[in-house]
Amino acid sequence: MSERPIRVLIAKPGLDGHDRGAKVIAQALRDAGMEVIYTGLRQTPEQIVEAALQEDVQVVGLSILSGAHMHLFPAVVEGLRAQGADDILVVGGGIIPDEDIPLLKEAGIAEIFGPGTPTTEIIRFIREEVAKRTQKEEGKQ
Amino acid sequence: MFEKEKLESIRASAKEYRERLEAQVKKRPERQAGFVTDSGIEIKTLYTPEDIADLDYERDLGFPGSYPFTRGVQPNMYRGRLWTMRQYAGFGTAEETNARFRYLLEQGQTGLSVAFDLPTQIGYDSDHPLARGEVGKVGVAIDSLEDMETLFEGIPLDKVSTSMTINSPAAILLAMYIAVAEKQGVTPDKLNGTIQNDILKEYIARGTYIFPPGPSMRLITDVFAYCSKNVPNWNTISISGYHIREAGSTAVQEVAFTLADGIAYVQAAIDAGLNVDDFAPRLSFFFNAHLNFFEEIAKFRAARRLWAKIMKERFGAKNPRSWMLRFHTQTAGCSLTAQQPMVNIMRTAFEALSAVLGGTQSLHTNSYDEALALPSDESVLIALRTQQVIGYEIGVGDTVDPLGGSYYIESLTNEIEEKAMAYIKKIDELGGAPEAIEFMQKEIKDSAYRYQMDIESGKKVVIGINKFQMEYEKPKNLLKVDPAVAERQTAKLQALKARRDNQKVKQVLNNLREAASTKENLMPLFIDAVKAYATLGEICDTLREVFGEYRQQIVF
Repeated sequence: MSERPIRVLIAKPGLDGHDRGAKVIAQALRDAGMEVIYTGLRQTPEQIVEAALQEDVQVVGLSILSGAHMHLFPAVVEGLRAQGADDILVVGGGIIPDEDIPLLKEAGIAEIFGPGTPTTEIIRFIREEVAKRTQKEEGKQ
Repeated sequence: MFEKEKLESIRASAKEYRERLEAQVKKRPERQAGFVTDSGIEIKTLYTPEDIADLDYERDLGFPGSYPFTRGVQPNMYRGRLWTMRQYAGFGTAEETNARFRYLLEQGQTGLSVAFDLPTQIGYDSDHPLARGEVGKVGVAIDSLEDMETLFEGIPLDKVSTSMTINSPAAILLAMYIAVAEKQGVTPDKLNGTIQNDILKEYIARGTYIFPPGPSMRLITDVFAYCSKNVPNWNTISISGYHIREAGSTAVQEVAFTLADGIAYVQAAIDAGLNVDDFAPRLSFFFNAHLNFFEEIAKFRAARRLWAKIMKERFGAKNPRSWMLRFHTQTAGCSLTAQQPMVNIMRTAFEALSAVLGGTQSLHTNSYDEALALPSDESVLIALRTQQVIGYEIGVGDTVDPLGGSYYIESLTNEIEEKAMAYIKKIDELGGAPEAIEFMQKEIKDSAYRYQMDIESGKKVVIGINKFQMEYEKPKNLLKVDPAVAERQTAKLQALKARRDNQKVKQVLNNLREAASTKENLMPLFIDAVKAYATLGEICDTLREVFGEYRQQIVF
């Protein structure tokens, strides 16, 4: 099995400019040996999908604090599916009310990381999920 | 501050103290290998007159209300009047926010502070495709003068002071405020308040920019010039370290980057032909109050002294009011936890206390549920009551700068000033704040990462996150913005567009387009445009045509 580093796109959908969390996560993932691309602010779901495909990432991490997650997170998953890229793991973080989490998971967001989550937990989750998906892919071949 | 002989004798006895200290530490090791402030300033076991041997009372501290204002901007500070208790509020529609304003005023709040939603902050109307999902979420949606009229209905604008957190389109929102006042029969000279109007920190840390730096700075200096003649009591800018700190900077970086931004605004206004003493007395500041209690107090004092020196020595301002750093403070949102949220009440209280001991003019205390949602009526009331307890019950405002002269506080004040000055020098070398945006972003990002890693390693304790974790009850009654706000807002907007004189709108926008490409002051054109009910989106689009849009450099 090749030891290709996990490629991750960290994205800020919507108009929210608070990117401290996004940048901290991006750096933590990079320090953990992953290849990380950060989109910068104010990305539409379409732009995020395009960047994910172009950069050939295995993971998309979305960060939002403005309360627009119910509109913007599922739009990214749908966009990826429409492009046949539903193997890409999508995770989210930010200020997300508890009652929204099951709905977001139903929409295809694999996990939501709330405030106070250690970066180590996010790294562990991504590694495990990507490994599972890789095994599944290899099983198919 | 001390006689030479006295210092000698203190030095001699300090030697003996150090020996005893060493013996003690050898016997019983200290809690940590070393102690540092959040900015990384080393903290000694004990501070003595030795640490401030060079401090000259008259030169470095002076008296409150006079240069260099280390001890405060008024001679008697809170003995005269407490700080303005100004809770930031805004969500959903103008009607809902108006109701929250009235509630807060009834509960004893003394100033209004308006939070706008992101589309408004970025100059999009509520029906813009990029506004989808964002309308009314983090603040109130304002599309036109009509919304502004609703927002302030029944609130006499000559009696309250209003702070508006708006930056890129600040001049336009101020024009709306002036127009609403006029409808109430209040002339601009009676208006009190602040617009944030600080674009540099938007590029650096907060992200709600529209135009490139050049035209943005011009809008700001237009406001300075217009208000110095027409709205004399208005604070034309609130130069904000708050967001720089929230983005992860240290206290030292917060002072340094904020004052560097301040320097850029003053220079831009001077370059635009304004006289420094005509606009400088109306500059105000906005700082964060974080958890490292003494460092925060020292930070406010250091910022005040440093700004006084900058205005007097660097810019040659003559009016003592130009030297005065007046500031609003908000407690640190980023210090609040979603875990055991009631503990946030204590965090906020200590942060607020540091702001008061540091001499703030105005204060917002965060609500305990803010790591989970926008504050509810109940949580915002506790936050306001926190300020009232500090103001009315514990006596800290009964004398001025009660910690002045503390060996530790004065030493820390000196050190923060020195380190901030070193940063300002570095930013000057890079060509000033607008040229140093990416440098500052990188410094902030590195500090944010270090802070997070210190929490994860346990070096920095956060109750509920890495120590004393427990099961806890989540607060109920979290505020939820009605998702139908966007539809209501869009319907209102369409009705307005059908009703207003569209010929007139076209004309005012054409006038604005022409003036924008000259050096003419745009404030009177904004006032004409908002009075004709041109929308915020239309006005900003007109400016986008002329100015273009800012494209962020991704620093990571």
